[in-house]
Amino acid sequence: MKKNFFYQLSKNDAHPITAIFHFTGGFSVLCCQALREMTQPPFYWKLIIREIYFIGIQSIFLVCITALATGCVMALQFGYGLEKFGGTLYVPKIVSLVILREMGPVFTSLLIAGRIGSGIASEVGSMQITQQIDAMRALGTSPIKKIVIPKLIASMVSFPLLTLIADYVSLVGAMVICNNELGINHEYFIAKTIETLRIYDLTTSMAKTVVFAFFISLTACWKGLNTEGGTQAIGNSTTWVVVTSSIFIMISDFFLTKLFILTVYPPP
Amino acid sequence: MHSGVEFQVQEGEILGLFGTSGTGKSLILRSIIGLETPDAGEIIFEGKNILGLNERELIPVRKKIGYVFQNGALFDSLTVEENLSYPLQEHTSLSPPEILDKVNDLLEKLDLKGLNDLLPNALSGGMQKRVGLARVLILGPKIILFDEPTAGLDPSNTKRLINIIKNLKKTGMTGIFVTHDIPSAYAITDRIAILHEGKIRALDTTEKIQNSQDTFVQKFTKNSA
Repeated sequence: MKKNFFYQLSKNDAHPITAIFHFTGGFSVLCCQALREMTQPPFYWKLIIREIYFIGIQSIFLVCITALATGCVMALQFGYGLEKFGGTLYVPKIVSLVILREMGPVFTSLLIAGRIGSGIASEVGSMQITQQIDAMRALGTSPIKKIVIPKLIASMVSFPLLTLIADYVSLVGAMVICNNELGINHEYFIAKTIETLRIYDLTTSMAKTVVFAFFISLTACWKGLNTEGGTQAIGNSTTWVVVTSSIFIMISDFFLTKLFILTVYPPP
Repeated sequence: MHSGVEFQVQEGEILGLFGTSGTGKSLILRSIIGLETPDAGEIIFEGKNILGLNERELIPVRKKIGYVFQNGALFDSLTVEENLSYPLQEHTSLSPPEILDKVNDLLEKLDLKGLNDLLPNALSGGMQKRVGLARVLILGPKIILFDEPTAGLDPSNTKRLINIIKNLKKTGMTGIFVTHDIPSAYAITDRIAILHEGKIRALDTTEKIQNSQDTFVQKFTKNSA
């Protein structure tokens, strides 16, 4: 079999450096394959819709609960923090900006990375171990088309929409806390939020989640397709995907924010 | 792992491939269908070298070569009926009622009637292997590669599966049968190849292998029987 020097190097996961080579190489190849096959028929629309249901619809409740809690906590923290300086009235402005630009996309993506990343890695990993992926190929069908592309597209559609819902619910939570705890009424909160937020706050927030979705779903598929061994290997793959995705989200969020500051956000 | 492995399979013939564990019998089957890519060599199918074809170019080949996996490799989230429908939905333009007819016909032929709505984990090992075989047969492949189809089966299920393969042979099926189960192989193969240390150590008709005076062949067949 193809076992040249670079193959051996890339397969040696024991060393962190070669593991990075293995991942970046494998991820790039899978990325190219997925993008190429995405344009070629057949197209499995039903599978994409099914994945949107699993990834998007079934995550709504989880996203809403955490977004509500996040919005409430942020309003409380900023409220009591700014009260010392007489800045309670700035809470709607600050909270809405923080939620839309950072907390909404990052929290939602971290949550979904945990739920979806681990789900994809374990599903694909168990299919790989039980030779179902091989069976798919042996029957003349492409696992990239049947598994990877539907999950990738569904994630890229679902993540921004979930973020949109999370932003909305968070703002509602913050508004309720402002009203009940800080004495800021709804009308004032809504007026200040509308005055503060711009459409680019929303679009950059959603753009971030598209990048996160692309990375999380492809990483999870790649790890699943490269799972070797038994049930323990599936567990290891799952953990690896969640950890890697979370790190990626935090690091790439910094660079994306910097990019948006340089290109999209107006100068202060 | 292999060096100098060369054999031909004629149309309508079943070739048995023997070898001790780890000699790469399954690897040969996986290479034939393109699941593995050998470093060098040729795999000629219908006069064309299929080694080095990409996944897309391999699709027409894979429609003509069926692979029966050792554990069945059924899609565990799909029912028996959906597993069998899968190749037809992917590669034919048959309507759902026509697909259902074909599925039911095949299930009946393989003693699996009425199992349409069961998931693979609700089936016994023998049933899973027969469903795996049915999924391969449904497209009517020219060649079937059997990867230890009787492994892990009780004598009754082994006999049932061997009878099914015998009946397929009568219809002119071509196949390669990888196994440790020598009596089963004797019952269905026309020729047998014995793989040892990466090479084909013996290749002859089943009868000649059975009666071989070669000490290696005798030792191998008696130890494995």
